[in-house]
Amino acid sequence: MNPPSLKISIMPSKPAKLKVIWLQGITCNGNTHSFLNDLSLGSLLESVEFIHHPLLPCSKTLQELVKKLPKSDILIFEGAYKADFERAGMAMKELLMTLASRSKHIIAMGSCASFGGIFKEADSDHISGILFDKEKESGPLREIREKVITLSGCPAHPKWLSFVIDMICQGKTILVDEFRRPKELYGYLVHNGCLRNEYFEWKVDCDTFGTKEGCLFYDQGCQGPFTHGSCNKILWNDVSSKTRSGTPCVGCTEPSFPKRELFTTKTYMSIPAEMPLGIPKRSYLALAGAAKSFHIKRLEGKLIDDNA
Amino acid sequence: MARLTKEERKVSIMTKALELFSKEGFYQTTMPSIAEKIGMSVGNLYNYFTSKEMLAKDLILYIANILGEEIRKINESPLNTKEKIDAIVHMYFRIAQERPETIEYFLRVYLSNREVFQNCCEGMICVSAFVTELMIFFEEGVRSGDLRDQDFFSAFGLFMGYLGGMVFINGEKILPKPLESYESSISENIYYALKTR
Repeated sequence: MNPPSLKISIMPSKPAKLKVIWLQGITCNGNTHSFLNDLSLGSLLESVEFIHHPLLPCSKTLQELVKKLPKSDILIFEGAYKADFERAGMAMKELLMTLASRSKHIIAMGSCASFGGIFKEADSDHISGILFDKEKESGPLREIREKVITLSGCPAHPKWLSFVIDMICQGKTILVDEFRRPKELYGYLVHNGCLRNEYFEWKVDCDTFGTKEGCLFYDQGCQGPFTHGSCNKILWNDVSSKTRSGTPCVGCTEPSFPKRELFTTKTYMSIPAEMPLGIPKRSYLALAGAAKSFHIKRLEGKLIDDNA
Repeated sequence: MARLTKEERKVSIMTKALELFSKEGFYQTTMPSIAEKIGMSVGNLYNYFTSKEMLAKDLILYIANILGEEIRKINESPLNTKEKIDAIVHMYFRIAQERPETIEYFLRVYLSNREVFQNCCEGMICVSAFVTELMIFFEEGVRSGDLRDQDFFSAFGLFMGYLGGMVFINGEKILPKPLESYESSISENIYYALKTR
């Protein structure tokens, strides 16, 4: 009979669950709810445990969290940051800075946590993201920037969070862009994978919401051609995206979000004010002018015509 | 003397053909008459252009490139919007005087015989180099706050229709004074019609 110690060593050991704190700043809870839509949430919870989460079962209430300020493997911060905004009687500056210093990884979850987002509009001078204030890296966590992963989006896709947590669980390196967004998720433009690309190529526009046909760039303010995100690769609820369902991308993953007049395309003398990312104006106009010269019957009709 | 490349030879043929087309019109000009003017055989002419229509198409591309390149230089210059309008009007009238066949061809062949170009020059494809530069001029004029935002074609028609019309009636010998003497008043009219109110 083998000694007990040897017996233990040959048993496959179950890795310890990562300890996660989900802390909310000034938020609408959109990312919390978005996360609940992750179909793989069940299996994810096998590898992480929440010390605190606003909705999911967890070991500490907010009051207990504030009292103890425990260490964690991942601190997920949802919502915008304001130094004197209080949670359970503690100012956000102290609460965030302490929990962040005691965590190995920090995730800015959603556009408000990333850049200030919608809530920044209420008090622009005092509200920001945790690392960035719009494009500027001047948030409270700038001294520990290397720990921060940005998952911008309004809300961020639940699978983007699962991806990052999974990468952390496996000890893999996450390559990030200049805003510390994972390249694997934000290396694409929302334009990539959009089912309306053929309409964009041939400049067949669409002037209403909710149709299957037409490009939303010219008349509807679609920001897909200059917004980083994998919305048309990793689909929402596994089935769709804004542009697929006939509404324009509003550019929610970018620091410039929210822009004004989201559903109109700013033009100067009929020319779009903003060119598709990295495309010189002269080249775009020459190609667009040529494409507009053709009338392609197939692209001008309904894809599915009930009256045909 | 160095032998001309095929491309240089093509340009030389186009220059001569341009004169004939703009003077005689598209239908009166034939491949044999072009060949005769150049001093080459008709068969050899077909080595360069497979049909009269293809020659006509290459000519409009050639002219649009000349005009587009001129406007591009103006767009890229440090001039303000009013000065750019002056420069475009001056450039257009200068070409109309120095190389009248180019503008004549544009007005009397390209715009007057659209059926010839419909299968190879749909929409604005063959004049893209020229139209693109005007788009950039208008877009930058509005962006800088100098010009009023409006539909591109409303502004384009006002600007180029005006210039084309003046060159056309000059060609008809209707204008009592030389074309260039109208430059400053025309530039001013265009500027006041397009500027921000």
